[in-house]
Amino acid sequence: MLAVGIPAPEFELHSTPDQKLKLSELKGKKVILAFYPADWSPVCGDQMGLYNETLHFFKKHNAELIGISVDSKWCHLAFSQDRKFHFPLLADFEPKGEVARLYDVYDAKEGETQRALYVIDEEGIIRWTYLSPVGMNPGADGILNALEELDNVKQN
Amino acid sequence: MSGSLLTRKVTDKDQIQGNLFASIELVEYGDYQCPHCGRAYHIIKQIQEALGDKLKFIFRNFPLTNIHTDAMNAAVAAEAAGKQGKFWEMHDMIYEHQDSLSESYLFSYAQDLGLNVKQFQNDMVSAEILSKMEDDFESGIRSGVNGTPSFFINGEKYSNNWDYEPLLNHLKSL
Repeated sequence: MLAVGIPAPEFELHSTPDQKLKLSELKGKKVILAFYPADWSPVCGDQMGLYNETLHFFKKHNAELIGISVDSKWCHLAFSQDRKFHFPLLADFEPKGEVARLYDVYDAKEGETQRALYVIDEEGIIRWTYLSPVGMNPGADGILNALEELDNVKQN
Repeated sequence: MSGSLLTRKVTDKDQIQGNLFASIELVEYGDYQCPHCGRAYHIIKQIQEALGDKLKFIFRNFPLTNIHTDAMNAAVAAEAAGKQGKFWEMHDMIYEHQDSLSESYLFSYAQDLGLNVKQFQNDMVSAEILSKMEDDFESGIRSGVNGTPSFFINGEKYSNNWDYEPLLNHLKSL
């Protein structure tokens, strides 16, 4: 994964079939980039489903969550509507996995992104990273601890 | 994350079943509409029978409200029944009827359990119970709950197989 302390590389990906999202548009907010292997995980409360329930905890820290996988914008749309997600899923679809490669979390063997988390601060600097074993849902506690620490550092 | 610890200790605000002084403490974070939790419900019953007063079991609410539209209401109903001393009766009733959790069913269960239904309805919208829901959920998130059901045994997250045999063997080995 990329090192903590460096600027998060800029990218622009489809967030809906007719809209794109640039990372730099989110300056002034913390950003949680959640790379995950694939839409339609069969488990109750899969990783994105869990984060969907924890958005208001992230918002307390002025943080926006973004999911990224190599699935297409149409696949994301269907997945998002089915699961009632209230955050964007970005399609790292063409060229496939380009942003995942940029963030050093592409699994070329599977053709999917790894299960990896980045927390980026208001100035666009990477502040926390976590690479999860691919079959393991990392939960939200690591993210919340990182966000809390960032806010504490700022206060002191 | 894995290896997580239970950040909120069990207190008398929790729903506790079994021997309060038992050496084994099993906490479940569960969702009443989750089919895996429904399966776990029957397994826990068997585990409780096998371990008797060596075990105390605690249930905390972790409803995934976006995918399970009745889960929050069901959780609130169990807590509201708890205000009349019948949390576990309602908990069982709900898990025995997981596909019938709309509000009218919940009210009929309250009636079947002999609750004061008017009081039950009032408690279902009380600030106290809603805040308990949030506390339970937040304590789960902070403890690394990553889906339901999630189990903590004596304060440590248990991420292994929770089928009857392996869970029982693990608990017996403590």
